[in-house]
Amino acid sequence: MAGSTRVCGMSEVLAAAQAGLWRRAGRRLASARGTRLALTVLILIALLAVIGPWFSPWAFDQLDWQHLAVPPGHVAAHWLGTDRLGRDLFVRTLYGVRLSLLISVLASLVSLVIGVAWGAVAGFAGGRTDEWMMRFVDVLYSLPYLFIVIILTTLFQRGSIGVLLIAIGAVGWLTTARIVRGETLALKRREFIEAARATGLTPAAILGRHIVPNLLGPVAVYATLTIPQMIIFESFLSFLGLGVQEPHASLGNLINVGAQEMQSAPWMLLVPALFLVTLLVCLNLLGDGLRDALDPRER
Amino acid sequence: MRSIPVNAEVTPQGPAQVLRLCGLAVSFTTPAGVVCAASDVSLQVARGECLGVVGESGAGKSVSFLALLGLLPPNARVQGAAQFCGTELLRAGPRALERLRGAAIGMVFQDPMTSLTPHLRIGEQIAEVLVHHRKLSWAAARARAQQLLTRVHVTDPAHRMAQYPHELSGGMRQRVMIAIALACEPQLLIADEPTTSLDVTIQAQILALLAELKREQGMAMVLITHDLGAVAGVADRVAVMRGGRVIETGAVAAILNAPHDPYTQALVRNAPRLTASAGVTQAARGQEAVALTLTDVSVEFSVGARWFGRAAALSAVNAVSFELRAGESLGVVGESGAGKSTLARAVLQLLKPSSGRVVWMGAALGELPAGELRALRRDLQIIFQDPLASLDPRRTVGEIVAEPLRVHAPELDAPARGLEVDAALRRVGLPATLAGRYPHELSGGECQRVGIARAMIVKPRLLVCDEPVSALDTPTQQQIVTLLAQLQCESGLSLVFVSHNLALVQRLCERVLVLYLGRMMELAPAQSLYARPLHPYTRELLSAVPLPDPQLQPARLARALPGEPPSPLNPPSGCVYRTRCPHAVAVCQQRVPAWELAGGDRQVACHRWREL
Repeated sequence: MAGSTRVCGMSEVLAAAQAGLWRRAGRRLASARGTRLALTVLILIALLAVIGPWFSPWAFDQLDWQHLAVPPGHVAAHWLGTDRLGRDLFVRTLYGVRLSLLISVLASLVSLVIGVAWGAVAGFAGGRTDEWMMRFVDVLYSLPYLFIVIILTTLFQRGSIGVLLIAIGAVGWLTTARIVRGETLALKRREFIEAARATGLTPAAILGRHIVPNLLGPVAVYATLTIPQMIIFESFLSFLGLGVQEPHASLGNLINVGAQEMQSAPWMLLVPALFLVTLLVCLNLLGDGLRDALDPRER
Repeated sequence: MRSIPVNAEVTPQGPAQVLRLCGLAVSFTTPAGVVCAASDVSLQVARGECLGVVGESGAGKSVSFLALLGLLPPNARVQGAAQFCGTELLRAGPRALERLRGAAIGMVFQDPMTSLTPHLRIGEQIAEVLVHHRKLSWAAARARAQQLLTRVHVTDPAHRMAQYPHELSGGMRQRVMIAIALACEPQLLIADEPTTSLDVTIQAQILALLAELKREQGMAMVLITHDLGAVAGVADRVAVMRGGRVIETGAVAAILNAPHDPYTQALVRNAPRLTASAGVTQAARGQEAVALTLTDVSVEFSVGARWFGRAAALSAVNAVSFELRAGESLGVVGESGAGKSTLARAVLQLLKPSSGRVVWMGAALGELPAGELRALRRDLQIIFQDPLASLDPRRTVGEIVAEPLRVHAPELDAPARGLEVDAALRRVGLPATLAGRYPHELSGGECQRVGIARAMIVKPRLLVCDEPVSALDTPTQQQIVTLLAQLQCESGLSLVFVSHNLALVQRLCERVLVLYLGRMMELAPAQSLYARPLHPYTRELLSAVPLPDPQLQPARLARALPGEPPSPLNPPSGCVYRTRCPHAVAVCQQRVPAWELAGGDRQVACHRWREL
């Protein structure tokens, strides 16, 4: 019935409970069971990745010559087994999770900040400025990113986290910028922006007070969906040997090593893969839940 | 909980009754509890009869009829009985309902754009219904679709068949919707606010079409609307709803001429009319200074600009000039596409005029540096058409209303601003407690009041209202217009009021400017304009106003101005109005009529105003 009359009754009915948009979004988010589960698992994994290694006697690069390639559960000290060199898989996987999460969250943050700023300015300025800014994005898009990463890693220290961050962030912000620009173009035509202009706000104030806050909804959703992409991308680069280097562990290079031993020692692949899959599923669930929660019309 | 309907009509139950609702009740289960949307609705519609269902938004009009078609969201609970030609609708399965919808029961909704599928051609959409329900072949269905388009008076139906919905005007889209509803020759047509989003002239056309269809096809019709004027020309009987209940039913003449219920009486009393006494008299302003002067203001848009290729120039406003004295109110009237909103934005420099000057208190606004113009905006405020869209959804009402203060009175601290906001909210008739709410929690009328409070908080000297009430239902329209009149009276500001409805303008404005295709047609004091319109277009606009008068309205509808404004990309030669003007002669095609003085301070652009 929401479409029945322009100034409809249903929205009033639904909005009977007074609360802020975010507060209500938070409540809806918490009331979705799948999302709550995903959030709990995510927090648990993150906590485990931070404090888990302290509870194990092993360091991530410590070799245990007595126990080479031990499957999980065989030796009391190595809960999830060891790899070919006798390094503890539990510790290494948690290190991998930590590194992967760190890189992906930082890279997402970098790409969000650059992407939102770039896209909002381009969309709001419009005309020539928009044209040039977006053509620049197009040019970066058209460069094969693997080449950029390879060039970056050969120019600088291979496997340095800084380079990896730059490489991933440099690719990630392009999509964010495009999405944000599109949203900004749609927002710019809304009457409340015109109202702000009529009020006498400067363009910078309109951007800061009205455009960016209204972008946060879609951007927050996009961000939770970017993090898993970044994890996959990092894993992919590490899998190719371009990312995190031995003896450091990331989910990507753990899986890479595990894949080589798939026949003889499947747990070396399964342990990090299981963590990766759990992380990705939870992050995606969270993103979906956030999208639903921020869009009250879906209910 | 089926109760005995208290307001059931005592009419003989015969086969003539196409639809009988008996004690229909609809409630919604929401997170905030169970909300009752309609209760105890008992109505009937006979063959060949049109029932008008009137009420404010939220009165349960649409809900009741969507309920019996099974079109409500899953959290709705429907009770009671609804018999359609012997079938109990509320107990029919989804399959059976689907067979009825679109076949035996046709539906027309308010917004013809969202009801049509954007990527399908018009012809396909009509034919689809026939193929689905009537099992016609596609070729036969297309042939029938073209007949249907002819039936609903769509011009050039063969060509329209191949067009997409976005290529059609609002009125044409609504005709297509009606054609789809008629495709299977339904026994009942339910039209839910079919004319609310349309101009008065197109409204009159659509209502005339509905009246004609009812007369000639002999089907039963339900016309859901908030506008008594729409009901007057088409409906035979009227049911007035309020708060989910039917409070009064009766023949259209009885309800409109001698209503019993106090609520209906208020509705009828407040319905917009064109009475000689309702107008605002022009105050003697000879001594008042001219506040705003527009000289030959034109606004052009370039359309179709591509990287390679030439943009066409669309002239939205063409050489408009007028003067507005301090404290004076000017109405700007015309159909959509007449350039009214563009003109309103050009006055405030929200759109840069491509030529001409806008002078406010001696300052040419177009030549001011950006900073000075922003400072001057304190005096120049605007109210927008869509009350909800003009408020930032992420800000509370308090923040929205306070924003102009932040810009123009930065010296105020937060508590002082809060006091100002409270005062501003109270001045527009809102409780100060509303400041903590968000726009989507308010009704349309409340949103518009917030918009007015935001504009008025900096005590402007010019207020531009861009169709401020056309998105609201009639009773709310009256309240907002009354509020604007009161604010203008108190603060002595100048007012530019844009509307497509001359009846609304009459309540507020001392002078009226009539625009057509961006050109000035007539400019006159309101009283003489309403008493004796000089330009034929002004006359048509006046006769398109839906009046709540069942004696006059059917005849007025029958005389509705045919056709729609031509594309501003390709305006007719000579007088732009000649293609629709019933009095057009050869000279109208050859020469552009001069903007002439026509006695008093009236001005008109028509070759034949003296003879007509």
